Amino acid sequence: MPAFKPVLLEAVGVPNGHLLASYKSRGGYAPLERVLAEKQPVDVVDMVKASGLRGRGGAGFSTGLKWTFLPKDHPGPIYLCVNADESEPGTFNNRILMEDDPHQVIEGIILSSFATRACTAYIYLRYEYPRSWHRLQAAIDEAYAAGYLGKNIRGTGFSLDIYLHRGAAAYICGEETGLIESLEGKRAWPRIKPPFPAIEGLFRKPTVVNNIETMACVAQIARRGVEWFKSIGVPADPNNPRDPGSYGPKLYCLSGHVEKPGCYEAPLGITARQLIDEFGGGVWKGRKAKAVIPGGISMGLMTESELDTPLDFAGPGKVGCLGLGTAAVVVIDDQTSIVDVLHNSCRFFAHESCGQCTPCREGTSWSLRMLERIKAGKGRLKDLDLLAEIGSTMGMMPGSTICGLADGAAWPIKNAINKFRSEFEDHIKRTNPTGWMVTEPVPALQIVEAH
Amino acid sequence: MPVVIVDGQEIEFGAEEQLNCIQAARLAGKEIPHYCWHPGLSVVASCRMCLIETGQRDAKTGAVTMVPKLVPGCQTPVKDGTVIVTESDKVTESRARVEEALLIDHPIDCPICDKAGECLLQDYHFEHGQAERRADLHPFHSRKRDVGPTVSLFVDRCIMCTRCVRFTREVSGTSELMVTSRGAKEEIDVFPGFPLDNKLAGNVVDLCPVGALGDKDFLYQQRVWFLKREPNVCGGCAAGCSISTEHNQDTVYRLKPRENMHVNKWWICDEGRYGWHHLHDSARVLEAGRKAAGSSHRGNATHGGVEPVEWADVVAQLRSDLAAAGRLAVAVSPQLTIEEAWMLCSVARSLDPEAYLALGFVPTTGEDETFPGGFTIRGEKCPNRRGVEQVLGLFNAANTGWDDLVAHVAGGGARAAWITAGHAQPWIETATAAAFANLEQLVVQDLFHSPLMELATWRLPAAGFAERAGTWVNVAHRAQCFRQAIRPPAGVWPEGRLYWNMLGRRGLYDPTAIRHELAASSAAFAALAGDIPATGIDLRIHQLA
Repeated sequence: MPAFKPVLLEAVGVPNGHLLASYKSRGGYAPLERVLAEKQPVDVVDMVKASGLRGRGGAGFSTGLKWTFLPKDHPGPIYLCVNADESEPGTFNNRILMEDDPHQVIEGIILSSFATRACTAYIYLRYEYPRSWHRLQAAIDEAYAAGYLGKNIRGTGFSLDIYLHRGAAAYICGEETGLIESLEGKRAWPRIKPPFPAIEGLFRKPTVVNNIETMACVAQIARRGVEWFKSIGVPADPNNPRDPGSYGPKLYCLSGHVEKPGCYEAPLGITARQLIDEFGGGVWKGRKAKAVIPGGISMGLMTESELDTPLDFAGPGKVGCLGLGTAAVVVIDDQTSIVDVLHNSCRFFAHESCGQCTPCREGTSWSLRMLERIKAGKGRLKDLDLLAEIGSTMGMMPGSTICGLADGAAWPIKNAINKFRSEFEDHIKRTNPTGWMVTEPVPALQIVEAH
Repeated sequence: MPVVIVDGQEIEFGAEEQLNCIQAARLAGKEIPHYCWHPGLSVVASCRMCLIETGQRDAKTGAVTMVPKLVPGCQTPVKDGTVIVTESDKVTESRARVEEALLIDHPIDCPICDKAGECLLQDYHFEHGQAERRADLHPFHSRKRDVGPTVSLFVDRCIMCTRCVRFTREVSGTSELMVTSRGAKEEIDVFPGFPLDNKLAGNVVDLCPVGALGDKDFLYQQRVWFLKREPNVCGGCAAGCSISTEHNQDTVYRLKPRENMHVNKWWICDEGRYGWHHLHDSARVLEAGRKAAGSSHRGNATHGGVEPVEWADVVAQLRSDLAAAGRLAVAVSPQLTIEEAWMLCSVARSLDPEAYLALGFVPTTGEDETFPGGFTIRGEKCPNRRGVEQVLGLFNAANTGWDDLVAHVAGGGARAAWITAGHAQPWIETATAAAFANLEQLVVQDLFHSPLMELATWRLPAAGFAERAGTWVNVAHRAQCFRQAIRPPAGVWPEGRLYWNMLGRRGLYDPTAIRHELAASSAAFAALAGDIPATGIDLRIHQLA
């Protein structure tokens, strides 16, 4: 693999790399000055569109295309919401960017606001990131002092305020309309679409929601150019007209049972095995991987034999996973019970389901309680069929829920049962030697409390 | 006209109509099951019960393109050429799953649940659910807690449709109810110290599609399948909300709002909702009585001297007593229907062609109160002031009111008076009643005893709102016709029956016949000819046109 020099992470390890002076010394804000002086908003939109940048938040939707959904000639205000509610288990690339190079993010936000004609940007930060909170706020203050934020920036007539909003720790706030509701001070129940946020978003105004890493990519595209960005990654599959390609560098969050967990920058398309071996120092304690989560648990599970899958936007889908997601690669070694893994996943989603749509609210809780029973040694083989059914229906049938949480909760169930069924069966037979074959429903339910 | 295709059936709808798929399917007689959607509340599309398949028919080629995913019918508007499929395998499967999911945590305590029999969860389960319960997971709970003075929450029966929460936010504007916690642990609750206590609170019980919200007034009183429902009109105030009187064996058990987009939409206020208890009050006047000849009514405020009179005799004796007294003054209560008011005026003028006719006492408390959702509770606490005024107009007495009548009597203008009332609340004081002390004959027709009743030479019982039949005209001049919901207590003739007989009419009292006569003979009531729709008719319709 050719040596790849980190770009998004270039400030990592640099003393005081998070300060304005350091960022400018690396060439930061010069592209912004150039854009403000020479370009029109539409030029920036075209640049980002040409770069093929796809959103780094999980869904991988084309960033430039998203911006063009905003109504033309809208009298404003238009809002930019930057999603820093990084809650997908195993994901921490936004945190690294916000802590070590906040100005890169801010420059990206200013450029994106300029492109979308947004006059206000909100950064929705998850509560659990105190250092990001301090560093980002300090960087915003520095940017105001240096005249990159505020009224009439650099005499161009373009004004921008950035507000840092700290969430209260809920997974659903990372869903773009849940984020908008939360930002409006409401319960973070995702909105029904249409209307999409680009038409009617925050405070019922046109709104763009982008991820922190996407913002950093915008800053780098402005600095290094579209050609540079397109030289990295995986080009579009000519046989698949719906594949726009996976260009640019990507921050992979490697964690779990590896020797050297961490956030690593690599070109899109690196395989999971390369990532684990070359960056992570291999599976820990000399063991083998049993399963690997390709991009956050909601993307499902890959088996050891599927590790040569390229981790680009299209790759994980080819081995039965949902997609690349947040590129949070979690390695599970061969000594770990897949029952425990799935139980943990189900517990997370049952806890984080916002409770709005019936299939997700009840399905996540049902699957968790079935896993609890299996873990408690009372499982029956029949339960696996039920679990598989939940995994293949909850949120899977398109349109059956408002947002994608149910879908994300279903993929690990579906993958785990499909790919590791024999292990589940062994576990159930071993822990419930007398009852694993029972197929009758439990006859009567016991009332524990009645009014 | 635009066309929507529901399960292959083409249905036309108005170009101006904004319909969602649930409403459009209803036009074709198809019911799409739904919990969270309610026409009077914002759309949240969260229960996912109304998922259907939709598509679009190309106007030119006629080719149908289906949307690959399921869509919530409540959230999907229809336009010309919209195709709705409500019965495909995909839809059926999805409904069964939602129904199964909703029952996972449900206590299934239908035998002790008030909602059983009118519960959507029950109905949809029979229609769309699966036979086997697969989620045989854990012992369940059935908890109950108070959320307000009139409403109990059965926590575990809730399916989280949030209709009640949206109602308090959007219609009553009081926002007491909220959702707490997340996922399957979600519950409806109130903030400590801020109970569900507003004048429209009872509507959340009607809105609840399952047995989660219970009305304490109705709780455990009657199984709903024993109840008979009579379309009725609330007599609590001048708004004249359309209601259903739900009763069994001549006992009212509850009042429910009846949808009427011209009046109350889907709501009623709690004052109206619980305003039926006086019907079954043991203090009601329950028989006709006449002060015995020779006993002075002055200074004799007890029942002394009052003898019961058979109704058949009331008709004749009352006529002769009043005719003998001469110079009659009549107060026509705004509780009477227009038919009753017209007959009363006719009786009075037949006894004394110069009879002084006036609008009866109009109870009023405070100002009209309008809620954020547009619902208004009127300060005028009687149902038919407009109607009675119109009737009085036919007798050239349009502008005489209760105070005029009191002054007329006090000034010696009458030797006999006939006062109709029928208010649920005490309405007259001793001081006012004293004006009627020196009359030859005083007929008082009322629900309850009052200082005036004590002076009466004729004490006649009145009927309550659910015991009458006829037409009321509300504050917006909308006339609504209703039938008798329950029979009045034994010994009570509704006013209409007495007047009918006093006019010498044959057979049973027939308010419809009176209404048709009124419509035929007066321009003011011309709109009342023919059959009147359940939602009533605007009396000014001819003037508007």
